[in-house]
Amino acid sequence: MPPIAEIVVAVLLLGSGVVVLVAALGLWRLPDFFLRMHAPALASTLGAWIVTFASIVHFSARGSGLALHVWLVIIVLSITAPVTTIVLARAALFRRRQAGDPLPAPLQRRR
Amino acid sequence: MSDVLSLAITATLILYAAAMGLGMARLFRGPSAQDRVLAMDFIYIVGMLVMLVLAIRYDSEMYFEGALVMVLFGFVGSVAMAKFLLRGEVI
Repeated sequence: MPPIAEIVVAVLLLGSGVVVLVAALGLWRLPDFFLRMHAPALASTLGAWIVTFASIVHFSARGSGLALHVWLVIIVLSITAPVTTIVLARAALFRRRQAGDPLPAPLQRRR
Repeated sequence: MSDVLSLAITATLILYAAAMGLGMARLFRGPSAQDRVLAMDFIYIVGMLVMLVLAIRYDSEMYFEGALVMVLFGFVGSVAMAKFLLRGEVI
């Protein structure tokens, strides 16, 4: 494996570690549930993409052609993550409305 | 495997472990049930990323199937729990 590929893989992996840690800090620090929902999307989009690029570079640099089967993880993740997010947001809205807690403001202003 | 890549993999795994610890703290503390579901989904995703990093570490492509299965189980579990929160029943 050429050293330039190893350096590229190392930098990508460290970047993904930092991104995932930022997502976890957001999940821990943000004050409200609907704000907290934004943070893990950082891990499931940017973090997963960076790790995918790192493993594509690593397994392609071994010399047995372009290794693209890691895309499957990204494809499945980009289909499932929005579904999870929207179902969870609807459940949270429903539960808050049932409990009588204050809801976030609607997107369109009513007249 | 060179020293640079080995060190980077170790540092990345430590960062992932810190992220999983924060997610676990949110899972135990989370004021409402949907916070716990969100934290569990996040921990699933970070576990999947750990599998992908271990595939690079041990230079084996067998880990990808595990990562794929982890994504699917995390999705099914999160959607089932969110549906349970929505109605009190899964289907």
